[in-house]
Amino acid sequence: MMILSGDPPRSRVLTLVLVVIILALAATPFLFPGAKALNVAAKICVFAALVASYDLLLGYTGSVSFAHTMFYGIGSYAIAIALYGLGPNWAAVATGIVVGLPLAALLALAIGLFSLRVAAIFFAMITLAVASAFQVLASQLSWLTGGEDGRSFQLPELLRPGTVLVSRNLFGFEINGRILTYYLVFAVSAMMILALLRVVNSPFGRVLQAIRENRFRAEALGFRTVFHLTYANCLAALVAASAGILNALWLRYAGPDTSLSFSIMLDILLMVVIGGMGTIYGAIIGATIFILAQNYLQSLMGVASRAAGEAGLPLLPGLLHPDRWLLWLGLLFIASVYFFPTGVVGRLRKVGGDKSAGAH
Amino acid sequence: MTDLAATDPLPKPKRDIAPILLPLALALLTIPLIGSTSSWLTLTVASLAMGMMIFIMASGLTLVFGLMDVLNFGHGAFIAVGAYVATLVLAPFAASIQADSLWMNLAVLAPAALLSMAVSGALGLVVERVLILPVYGQHLKQILMTTGGLIVAEQTLYALWGPQIIPMPLPTSLRGSFILGDVAIARYRVLAMLIGLAVFIAIQLVLNRTKVGLLIRAGVENREMVEALGYRIRRLFLGVFMTGSALAGLGGVMWALYREQVHASMSDDLTVLIFIVVIIGGLGSIGGCFIGAILVAMVANYGGFLVPKLALVSNILLMVAILMWRPRGLYVVTSR
Repeated sequence: MMILSGDPPRSRVLTLVLVVIILALAATPFLFPGAKALNVAAKICVFAALVASYDLLLGYTGSVSFAHTMFYGIGSYAIAIALYGLGPNWAAVATGIVVGLPLAALLALAIGLFSLRVAAIFFAMITLAVASAFQVLASQLSWLTGGEDGRSFQLPELLRPGTVLVSRNLFGFEINGRILTYYLVFAVSAMMILALLRVVNSPFGRVLQAIRENRFRAEALGFRTVFHLTYANCLAALVAASAGILNALWLRYAGPDTSLSFSIMLDILLMVVIGGMGTIYGAIIGATIFILAQNYLQSLMGVASRAAGEAGLPLLPGLLHPDRWLLWLGLLFIASVYFFPTGVVGRLRKVGGDKSAGAH
Repeated sequence: MTDLAATDPLPKPKRDIAPILLPLALALLTIPLIGSTSSWLTLTVASLAMGMMIFIMASGLTLVFGLMDVLNFGHGAFIAVGAYVATLVLAPFAASIQADSLWMNLAVLAPAALLSMAVSGALGLVVERVLILPVYGQHLKQILMTTGGLIVAEQTLYALWGPQIIPMPLPTSLRGSFILGDVAIARYRVLAMLIGLAVFIAIQLVLNRTKVGLLIRAGVENREMVEALGYRIRRLFLGVFMTGSALAGLGGVMWALYREQVHASMSDDLTVLIFIVVIIGGLGSIGGCFIGAILVAMVANYGGFLVPKLALVSNILLMVAILMWRPRGLYVVTSR
């Protein structure tokens, strides 16, 4: 269990679900042909890593940040601007990474030092304000960011869909640059999630949980809580920015709607709470449920909405309209905060893994 | 202040006037920068009007936090609900709105505003009972619950009214401006200022001159002590929450008329603005909230005139500057 840092899923059902999700993601290019399935799978990978990094903040330190999309956006824009400005080559990718990651970490450091000294509520409000200012800034500095249109760019030769690595004749599948990009996204996301698992199970992670449970007591035990919280904030920002880089590489585009908008922040919140706070595994579950719902539930709702419309029911067609799917997820969100605050993962652990959980 | 201490042997609470001087100083300092007195006056009136509207929306939020340590991230939803409800009255009576008679306009506007306040207040009752009561005392869950409430409210508004922007024209008699010399002052801004000032004075009177106000102020300072004296602070809190929600609804109507349009996303933009105001003012302080709202509006208006590019981040810069000076906001009223 070295690779899981001694923190296995601790529930048979959960293990099974996770294995199925990961195998399905790993085999998506071969199992589910078509661009949509691959897009959904890539989005699940990116968001699983992004949500896991948010879980480090929300679930393990108990601080609510509304600036997580800002770091995600910094990663996206850094790589997009670099590849747009320097042309599609690997030097540009490296430039984007070298500029984007430290920028995200520095900003996280500044916000952390400025606002983590005080109560969780203060931190939440200040991150909300900073993130909204950043969003306005990004859409106004159009010479740099492309404004509302964002920046589309070309990937280096190796990662383009046109590049055929293994031709169809060999295995019956064509492996091209697009699939290579997908596996890049998959592998980096998986590594980041495993790294986060390592972080939360380290002594540092224990201190974070101590701060979450009782900040005063943690401080009295001699831990410098501001240092620990700021450090966690920077780590989360780094992972979020990396997830942003992956997302931009996959979409070949960075814009306010795909990487900065407040609705993405709400999506992340929904995913982490539905999946289960403070578990890291919850991120994978939450991202999978949410993105599958986002992509496939909507068409189901469209059918229901039309059916309700034809039956002549009042209000229902509007409430079931595919664009209103967030309404139902919002209700689910409130219900899950209230009834099962530990999310899907906590629920499954309670049902299936009492014995091993007790031994932990 | 020192004179007072010398003549009066009893230690009195110090009157802290530095924050009050801040907007005055800001206004005076910008006169030479702007150059023309008439544009300065127009901008000042614009800032005051905008500030009053923001104050009306933010006042409930700060009191609710001060009294019960509850931060409502869904406060913006009341603003949007208020604005949408007003369209219910204003749309059928479009003719009276377009009539060029102040009394006919007001005869429609006043019921619209009252209905908005009633609906927002009633919604406040539901939100307090359903979303906040179950997670009372748990900050993290409060933030999550109220954020969830914001999502649901916004989506419900979209479902009921559709995603398009609804126009909300100003009544004819409130259009245009008063001309004083070479200064043009928009009529609606004067009305907004008057309403804002009236709300501020009313809140101050209730807080400082009535028994309920005394209990609220005592509750802000030490909740347990008020409870120990036998007052049901939960009921008091519910009242404050509903009043705050109703005021947010009123602010929503005024803001929608100011922008002449209604859209559910207005709750997102304004939530950020009122949070900044509440942080600047000091959580729980009405006076701080009032000054904070005027400061934010001044920086937005003067900044937008002098350095348009800066206006985008001016609020954040203002907040950082204020918190550097006073880390807990202009006035500290809670011990938390």
